[in-house]
Amino acid sequence: MAAMALAGSLLILAAVLAVVRPVARLRLAGSLDPAAMMAIAACAVGSAGAAYALATGADEAWRVAWAIPGGALALHVDPLAAVFLLPVLVLGGLAIPYGHEYWAGTASEDRHEAWAWFYLFLLSMALVILAANAVLFLIAWESMSVAAFFLVNHEDHDPTVRQAAWTFLIAAHLGTAFLLAMFTILGGGAPGTGAETLDFAQLRGATAGGPAAAAVVLLALAGFGTKAGLVPGHVWLPAAHPAAPSHVSAVLSGAMLKTGIYGLLRVLTLLPVLPSWTGWLLISSGLLSGLFGIVFAIAQRDLKRLLADSSIENLGVIVLGVGIGVVGVQHDAPMVAALGFSGALLHVLNHALFKGLLFLGAGSVLHATGERNLDVLGGLLKRMPWTGGLFLIGAAAIAALPPLNGFASEFLLYSAALEGVGGGDRRMAVAMLAAILGLALIGGLVAATYLRAALAFTGEPRSEAAAHAHESGPAMRTVMLILAAACVVIGLVPMLMIRALEPAVAQLARADVAVATVGAAGVLTRVTAVAAILVCFTVLLSVLRARLLAGRSVRRGPVWSTAYLAPAPSMQYSGASFVQPLTGLLSRVLGQQREGGVPPAYFPSAQRFAIETPGLFREYVFVPAFRGVRWIALNLRWMQHGRIQLYLVNIAATLLLLLVWKLGFHG
Amino acid sequence: MTAMPFTSFMPFLHVATALVLAPLLPSIITRVKAIFAGRRGAPLLQPYYDIAKLLRKSAVYGDTTTWLFRMGPTVGLAAVLTALLLVPFGGSPAVLAFRGDIIVFAYVLALARAATIVAALDTGSSFEGMGASRESAFSAIMEPALILGLVAVMRKAGGGSLSTFLHPHRVETAAATTTLVIGALFVVYLAENARIPVDDPATHLELTMVHEVMVLDHSGPDLAFIHYAAALKLWVLGALIVGLAVPQPAASPWAAYALALAGIAGVAAVTGIVESTMARLRMAAVPSLLFAGSALAGVALILGLR
Repeated sequence: MAAMALAGSLLILAAVLAVVRPVARLRLAGSLDPAAMMAIAACAVGSAGAAYALATGADEAWRVAWAIPGGALALHVDPLAAVFLLPVLVLGGLAIPYGHEYWAGTASEDRHEAWAWFYLFLLSMALVILAANAVLFLIAWESMSVAAFFLVNHEDHDPTVRQAAWTFLIAAHLGTAFLLAMFTILGGGAPGTGAETLDFAQLRGATAGGPAAAAVVLLALAGFGTKAGLVPGHVWLPAAHPAAPSHVSAVLSGAMLKTGIYGLLRVLTLLPVLPSWTGWLLISSGLLSGLFGIVFAIAQRDLKRLLADSSIENLGVIVLGVGIGVVGVQHDAPMVAALGFSGALLHVLNHALFKGLLFLGAGSVLHATGERNLDVLGGLLKRMPWTGGLFLIGAAAIAALPPLNGFASEFLLYSAALEGVGGGDRRMAVAMLAAILGLALIGGLVAATYLRAALAFTGEPRSEAAAHAHESGPAMRTVMLILAAACVVIGLVPMLMIRALEPAVAQLARADVAVATVGAAGVLTRVTAVAAILVCFTVLLSVLRARLLAGRSVRRGPVWSTAYLAPAPSMQYSGASFVQPLTGLLSRVLGQQREGGVPPAYFPSAQRFAIETPGLFREYVFVPAFRGVRWIALNLRWMQHGRIQLYLVNIAATLLLLLVWKLGFHG
Repeated sequence: MTAMPFTSFMPFLHVATALVLAPLLPSIITRVKAIFAGRRGAPLLQPYYDIAKLLRKSAVYGDTTTWLFRMGPTVGLAAVLTALLLVPFGGSPAVLAFRGDIIVFAYVLALARAATIVAALDTGSSFEGMGASRESAFSAIMEPALILGLVAVMRKAGGGSLSTFLHPHRVETAAATTTLVIGALFVVYLAENARIPVDDPATHLELTMVHEVMVLDHSGPDLAFIHYAAALKLWVLGALIVGLAVPQPAASPWAAYALALAGIAGVAAVTGIVESTMARLRMAAVPSLLFAGSALAGVALILGLR
C-alpha cells in the first residue's frame, strides 16, 4: 500500500510538472523531462509493489470516511488487483520513454498537456483497480475515460480523429450508465438491508441471488464489456486505437481494456451465488468477440486497425477463459476452474506484453514511414532490423506459436477445456467443446492475420515512404526489446507465472486451488521441456547448416519468378491478395465493398480498384439506433424552450409526483 | 503394455526408425503412382539420394531475402522433429507424453507452417506469395479438423495424452467415432502433406501449386531440410492414423511394432492410390474438402457426447 501511495503521489506531481512550461522544457536524459522521470519512477515503484503483493499473496486495505453519500476513500491491494495493476504500470511506464522519443522530432507545445493527461490516465487506471468503494470506483472510471478521450483526441486537426474520440466518449458514458444501474442494484439489496456505504466489503454478499444477481451479471457484462471492447460494445475500439498516438494505443489496448475485465471479475467475486447461466453467457460472449474480432482484423489493411480488431479477439479469448473458469466452479470441477482462470489471467498479462509490443512496433513503422497502410509498406525488415525482428516476435507470440508466451496462456485455456471434455458431465462437456472449437477456429485465423501484418516487413518496399524508412531511436528500440524479452521469458518458464497467479485464481475460483495449480504447473513444465527441445533442435540444425555451407560459395541471385527477371515491387502479393482466400469465404460476414475491378477491354488503361471493410455493427446497429434517438430528441424539442421559470415548475411538479408515489404506493 | 525390459527404449526406437525410414514414404507414394501409370518408377531410395546430393551443394539466395528466409527451413525441420517426439507408435508411448500434448502437437506443426510461409513471403515473389496465401487459408480451415478429431477420440477414451488414447483398444467400443476421426485425420494428412486432391506436388505450373511454389527459392542444404521435413511430416501424421486404425496386440510388442510399420507404409500406399485415381480439386473447392474433414470430426464429437 505504501508503494501505491508513493506511486500515486509521484504521478500527480508528474501531471502537474508536465504543464509547468519551464520545467517541462528541461531535458534530463535523452528526451525525458523531470515529469517523465518522475512518472517512470512512479510506475517502477508501483509495479514493484504490485509484484510484491502478488508474490506474498497480501490483502491490504486502507479506508478514510468521505462526505460523499455512499462514498469512502477505500483502497485495497489484493492478489486480483495486483495482477491487473501490473499491465497498467509496466506498460504505462515503458510507454513514457517511448512516447518522448516518438514525439521528440515534432516538438510542439501542446504535447505538455498530452503528457499531463497521460499521467492522469495512468493514475486513474491504477485507482480503478485500487478502489474498494463503488463511488470512488466510478469517479476513477470516469476520469480514466475523460483522460483517454483527450489522449485519443490529441491529433484533433484530423476529422477522423475527432470522430473516433467522440465515439469513444459516447461509448464510455453509455457503458458507465450500465455500471451505475449495476452498483445501484448491488447497493440496494433487499429493502431495509441496503449497505450504508458502497464499500465493496459491504456489497459482498448483499445481493443474494435471483433476479437481482441476474441483473447485476447482465449489467456488468454490458458495462464492463463496452470498456473491454466485447462485441457488440466494441464499436468505439477499432476507430479509437488507430486515432491515438501509438504509445497511447499500446496502453489503451494493453492496459485500459483490461480494466473492463477487472471490473467484471471484481463484481463476480461480490456475488455469493452466480446465476447458473453465467458461465455459458461468458463463453458465448467471449466466442462472439473472439470470432468477430479476428474475422474483421484479417480484412484490415491499416496496421493499427488490424491490431485494434485483434484486441477485440484477445479480450474475447480472456472472457472465454473466465467463462470456462465459472463453468468449472459451477460444475464443481476445481481443475477446470483453476486452469480456466489461470489461462485468462495469464492472457491478460501476455496480451499487455505482446499487444503493447505490436502497437509500439506499428508506431515505429508509422514514425519511420508515415504509413499505416500495409499494402504500401514492405521490405522494412532490411531497413528497420530491430523494429522488424521485435515486431515479428510479438506477432509469433500473439499467434500462440511455441515457445512464446501466447502459447502458454492458450495452452492453459485448451487444457481447461480438455479437462472439462474428458470428465463425465455432459453439459459441461458441451460448453467446453464450444470453447475448443472456437479456440481452434480463432487460432488459425490469428496466424493468417499476423502473417498479413508481416508483409510490412518482408519482400521489397511498395512505396517511396517504405523505401526510405529508417530505424527508430535507442529509447524506442529498448522499450520494444524489453517487451519482446518478456514474451520470450514467460514463454519459456510459464510454470513460474501460474504459481505466481495462484492467490488471484483462488480468489476467483472461491476455493483453494493449490492442488490444481501444482498439477497445471507440472504439465507446463512438460510444455517447457518441449519448448526447450524445439529451441535445441533449431540451434543444432542452424549449426549443422552453417557447417555445411562454410567454405562453399554461397551466392545471391534474383528471386525465381518463372524466369521473369525484372520483378517490380508492385507485382508482389499484397496483404489484400494474401488474405483473399479467407476474406472470400467470409464475405457474407464482412460485407466488403468493392469498387472497380476487372479491366473493361483487352488493352490496359488506367484502373482503380478499392476495397473497404465497414464495421458491421456500426453500420447496421448503432447508426440506425442513434438515428432513432436523434429522432426522439428532435420531437421532444418543444420541452426545451429555454424559460427558466417553466423549468422550475417542471422540477416542482416532478418532485410532487415522486412524493405522492412514495407516500401513496410505496410506503 | 507389458513390463518387458525393452519397452522403455521403444519410444526412442520409434524416433530412430522414423528418422531413417521417413524418406521411404514419399518414395512409396511415387512408386504406387508409377505402377498405376504403367511405369517402372524411380528407385525406392531416390529421396535419400536427393537429400544427400542437396546436402553436399552450396546455396543461392534471392536478392530480396533476409534471415527470415534462411531460418524458415531450419525452424520447419526442428518443429517437425519436435512433433515426432510427441507421437506414439506401435503400442509404445511417445518420448514425451502429458495431458494436453495434442495442443502442443497441433501448434508445433503450426509453427512449421508459419516458418515456411513467412520465408516464402520474404522473397517478395508473387508466386511464392500466392502459395503462402493459399497455405495460410487452408491451414486456418484445417486446424479445427485436426484438433476436433483428436479431442473426439480423447473424449471417448476419457482424457489423457496422445500416448494413452491413440490406441484401438481404448476406443474399440466406439467404432463409429474412430472411423469418422480416421476420415478427418486422413483429410488433414492429405492437406498437411500437400497431396492430391488438395495440392499436386508433381505439377509443372507454379500457378496451380500450393506448397511447392513456396519453396521454389530454397536451395542446397535448406532444400534438403525441406524435403526431409516433408518426409517426416508424412510419418508423423501417418502415425496418428495408424494409432487409431491398426491393431496393437499387447502380448507381443514386436508384432505391434511391425504392424504399425506396415500400417504407415499402407497409409502412404493409399495416398498413392488416391493420387492416381483423382485429379487435384479446383483451388476454390479445396476449402469444401477441408470443411468436410472438420465436419467428420464434429460428427465424431457429437457421437462421443452420448
